[in-house]
Amino acid sequence: MNPAPSIVFFTTASGAGYGLLFWLGLLRPLGLVPGQGLVALALALLLITAGLLSSMLHLGNPQRAWRAVSQWRSSWLSREGVAAILTYIPALLLGLALWIDAPALALVAGLLAAAGAVATVYCTGMIYASLKPIRQWHHPLVVPGYLALSAFSGAVLLAMLAAFAGGGAVPALLAILTGAAALALKRAYWQAIDSAPPIATIESATTLGFIGKVRQLDPPHTEQNYLLREMGFRIARKHAAKLRLIAQGAGFALPVLLALLAVLVGGTPAVLALTLGAVLAIGGLLIERWLMFAEATHTVMLYYRG
Amino acid sequence: MTCLPEITPGQKKLGLVIDLDTCVGCQACATNCKEWNASGHSGPLPDTKPYSAGAEGVWFNRVHSYEAGEGERGRTVNFPRSCLHCETPDCVTVCPTGASYKRIEDGIVLVDHDLCIGCGLCAWACPYGAREMDEDEGVMKKCTLCIDRIYNTNIPEAQRQPACVLTCPTSARHFGDLGDPESKVSKLVAERGGQPLMPELGYKPVNSYLPPRNRSSVAAKPEEAAPTPMDIKNPLLRWMDKVLTR
Repeated sequence: MNPAPSIVFFTTASGAGYGLLFWLGLLRPLGLVPGQGLVALALALLLITAGLLSSMLHLGNPQRAWRAVSQWRSSWLSREGVAAILTYIPALLLGLALWIDAPALALVAGLLAAAGAVATVYCTGMIYASLKPIRQWHHPLVVPGYLALSAFSGAVLLAMLAAFAGGGAVPALLAILTGAAALALKRAYWQAIDSAPPIATIESATTLGFIGKVRQLDPPHTEQNYLLREMGFRIARKHAAKLRLIAQGAGFALPVLLALLAVLVGGTPAVLALTLGAVLAIGGLLIERWLMFAEATHTVMLYYRG
Repeated sequence: MTCLPEITPGQKKLGLVIDLDTCVGCQACATNCKEWNASGHSGPLPDTKPYSAGAEGVWFNRVHSYEAGEGERGRTVNFPRSCLHCETPDCVTVCPTGASYKRIEDGIVLVDHDLCIGCGLCAWACPYGAREMDEDEGVMKKCTLCIDRIYNTNIPEAQRQPACVLTCPTSARHFGDLGDPESKVSKLVAERGGQPLMPELGYKPVNSYLPPRNRSSVAAKPEEAAPTPMDIKNPLLRWMDKVLTR
């Protein structure tokens, strides 16, 4: 599948924003996040909004985007839109509560915003997981992967902001735990898609298997078309292997080690370590999300490449 | 509404039956489809850089060509690929705006180009590559089963068929109601053992493909060739052979 930059940026940025909103809504009322929390909320909403606007660049008719909230009964994309818009309400209320220092409102709005964040990221994952023609996406580990990566990137950002606000080891510990869990999940996912059999063959796609093996003789057209550009993107296997290593190192292992270092030493080095960790994690996740598209294969390519 | 209509027994299911035995791969169906659909319901259909390298455009019909099997059993099969108007099409249910829909009255899967936002999710959800984005208009386009022909009372009744079916020089394409077991197309499918594409994905395609006929009983071994006039080197004998052959 073609890794469109607008969608890679959208899912990474909004994922991190919703992760940050989730942890903030959950931890701030409990007093586990130092400082007022308004900066974290602002960053979360900035990432979410930038991501959502970026996703609209992917549309052929962005001015009609409002129509996309109408079909929530059947479409996960529509449900994602509804969840994303509804989540703004408790998120903004949380901001108000933090601003005027209303703990009771902050607790309720925080929990609702956290629930909204989970719901939105779940819908994002289901958009991909519900697509049967793409076996790498139609997989039980895809939705947990989206949720885990969102929780991890949110925790990394919160840990960085907490360090700036002067301490608080809880977000850094969460970053370590979610980072380790997300890495394990991602490795299990890669292993699963590498060993899974194809869901269809050129023989079943053409009904000609009863004659024997089928191979392409002539293509239907000599130039490109939408299908080849959108569904035919291919990445060299050796590059995929290298990029997976980079994503694992920069996206998960290094940020987790840096967070561990920050918890142990504290002070200014912790601020530096967690800032570097956050930058590495977001960079690594962009590579991971790019791979998520680049490595996915669509059944229509059976007709073109067998 | 992108929820699928409830399927009732005996429901009309308009679709195509494509004969892989007689298709000669002439591309007439693809060409006439493009010609008809460049105006009307789906028009215009884009053609980018039509007169230079990198020419491409939206087509609802793509004719592939495959080799199947080895040796004597092996054969070339031309394979037209278009929308199968599935009974349970995910391209409809994933649509966030309601632009994609399946008609209750005849099962045709259509796109309302005024509602489409061009997100492309329906094209991802179609295993068969039936949908292509019109990048000029930013909306998705697909085969309409020539909805602007088959119900068009302004054209002679015999011509109220999809453009691809009308133009096929070998009558490899048939159009009709596959929900009615007594229809001509349903009988053809039953008689020839018509097959759906990728049934394992569970989309329940309405269109059916008739398999190439088994030729093993027809194809006898070629007889040993008699000498041709050019094999005879002596000019006199060659002349005699020519005269006697008359």
